[in-house]
Amino acid sequence: MTTASTEKKRRGALREEFGNPERRLAYYMILPSLVIILLIAFFPIMYSVVLSFTDSTVTAFGSFVGIENYVEMFQNPDFLVGLLNTVIFTVGSVTLEFVIGLGIALAINRAFRGRGLVRAAVLVPWAFPTVISAVMWRLMCQDQIGVIDVVANKLGVISQPILSDNTLLLISCILIDTWKTTPFMALLLLAGLQTIPADVYEAARVDGANVMQRFFRITMPLLKGTILVAVLFRTLDAYRVYDLFWVFSGQQLDSLSTFVFTGVRISQLLFAQGNAASVFVFVTSFLIALVFIKVFGMQTSTEE
Amino acid sequence: MASATTTQGATGRGSINAILFYVFLVLFVLVSLFPLLWVFRMSTVTKSDLLTSPAVTLTASPVGTSYSTVFSNPDFIQALQNSVIVAGTTTVICLFFGSICAYSIARLRFRFKGSVMTIILAISFFPAVAIIAPLFIQFTAVGIINTYWAMIIPDVVFALPLTIWILVAFFRELPRDLEEAAKVDGATTLQAFRKVIVPLAAPGVFTTAILTFIHAWNEFLFANTFIFDAAHYPVTVVIPNFATTYTTDYGAQAAGAVVVTIPLVILVLIFQRRIVSGLTAGAVKG
Repeated sequence: MTTASTEKKRRGALREEFGNPERRLAYYMILPSLVIILLIAFFPIMYSVVLSFTDSTVTAFGSFVGIENYVEMFQNPDFLVGLLNTVIFTVGSVTLEFVIGLGIALAINRAFRGRGLVRAAVLVPWAFPTVISAVMWRLMCQDQIGVIDVVANKLGVISQPILSDNTLLLISCILIDTWKTTPFMALLLLAGLQTIPADVYEAARVDGANVMQRFFRITMPLLKGTILVAVLFRTLDAYRVYDLFWVFSGQQLDSLSTFVFTGVRISQLLFAQGNAASVFVFVTSFLIALVFIKVFGMQTSTEE
Repeated sequence: MASATTTQGATGRGSINAILFYVFLVLFVLVSLFPLLWVFRMSTVTKSDLLTSPAVTLTASPVGTSYSTVFSNPDFIQALQNSVIVAGTTTVICLFFGSICAYSIARLRFRFKGSVMTIILAISFFPAVAIIAPLFIQFTAVGIINTYWAMIIPDVVFALPLTIWILVAFFRELPRDLEEAAKVDGATTLQAFRKVIVPLAAPGVFTTAILTFIHAWNEFLFANTFIFDAAHYPVTVVIPNFATTYTTDYGAQAAGAVVVTIPLVILVLIFQRRIVSGLTAGAVKG
């Protein structure tokens, strides 16, 4: 009885929701975008999961092989190196970007002459195609003639050509990403800082709070939401790094994404493992987002 | 204002602070712009000057040979054209579907708004690389692999969330009374959208178009995966290949990179104020 009546009530609510012409129009208006997204992003990821449990190739659907692809993937040194590089790159670049970005945001959070120039300087690296910035930095790192290689050699920072050493390549990638995205991070954090009312600081100053106290007791808590959004966004972006590694290192440096790409486009033998790796990337990205939402308490609702 | 008063109050310490602040700013601007400036310099010197040393590169007199090299390369011209077609089509499709969807979210009341926004947000956190394998199979099956659509379709999916987010923020800022006035005068919801919202939102829509265009112009993974022949390559695929086309002609590589970047830099410089408000709209609730 009770279940039947709640069922009826729910159906009634649904009918009311879709019976109302204005609400129905609202659904019609979001439907095309939703269909595109579901069809071309969510359906393929499901398909990817299915493929990862089979020995399919690009041209033929294979038979079920259980978790064999995953086992082989975890035994493949290329995958493990890619995973390690990706983790180091993500942690390194996001940490640098956050610390430097916050510093810049705090410094320029006031009225001053030349604001326009700073804003332009912030946007230029951001607007660069990642691929093109990778090409530019690669040109500047060429052995003997590239300005960075020559200067770093003169200063004694490096003893071998940057472009032929994987450790130097990885460090360079972290620094290039920091160059490219720190300004953007600063921009987001600055927008967050500007929503903090000045009288809060004034009140704290009157009460005798010093700079450090104001920073840790006012700025950080009130900025937490913006920080979480910005850091999560950057973390997931860094985690799927492909363009920068592929182009800057001249296809030498492995990441998770280059491993998947190799399986799909370069080596047919690695197609099954590439599928397993793509599911791995998807699931771990999801878990990272979940940690930000559940553990750090990130707000996901956008309702006012 | 506040900083001006402090500077006047404590002259000595204030002016040192101000100088330090500007030194920091200049440094920041220089570091940001250095690669573009340096690569531009590389593209305007002769090959032999470039190969001598960075110091010579810096002081050599400018020449335009590298630019004539890349502009006489038919593949490069074709790639520029391909990129414009792909990014342009992506932008138009995204704006069409995105503005309808964003209006509904920003203005109309309905029950599952939260879930819809979550799905859309999820895409912007979605690793594109996770779907290249199934898309490769599907695009091959329907015969659009190695065509513009193989780039446009996935580009739309990943640009659409960005488009919707920014448009929702812009639409929310528009005054509600105008629409209601139109409705009182007998306009339907769709008419109110077309006749009142669209013209009012034009600046916001334009900003969104620029951001979507930049996003699609910069895309590399899908293009590099789904495209096989030079006739369809966008610039992001062609420029890295210059490293093999012009092995030691670093000037030509630099010129290619500069040509592709300059339009974006100009766009960004002209519309910087709007772009900043568009970019930060989604991340900060104001």
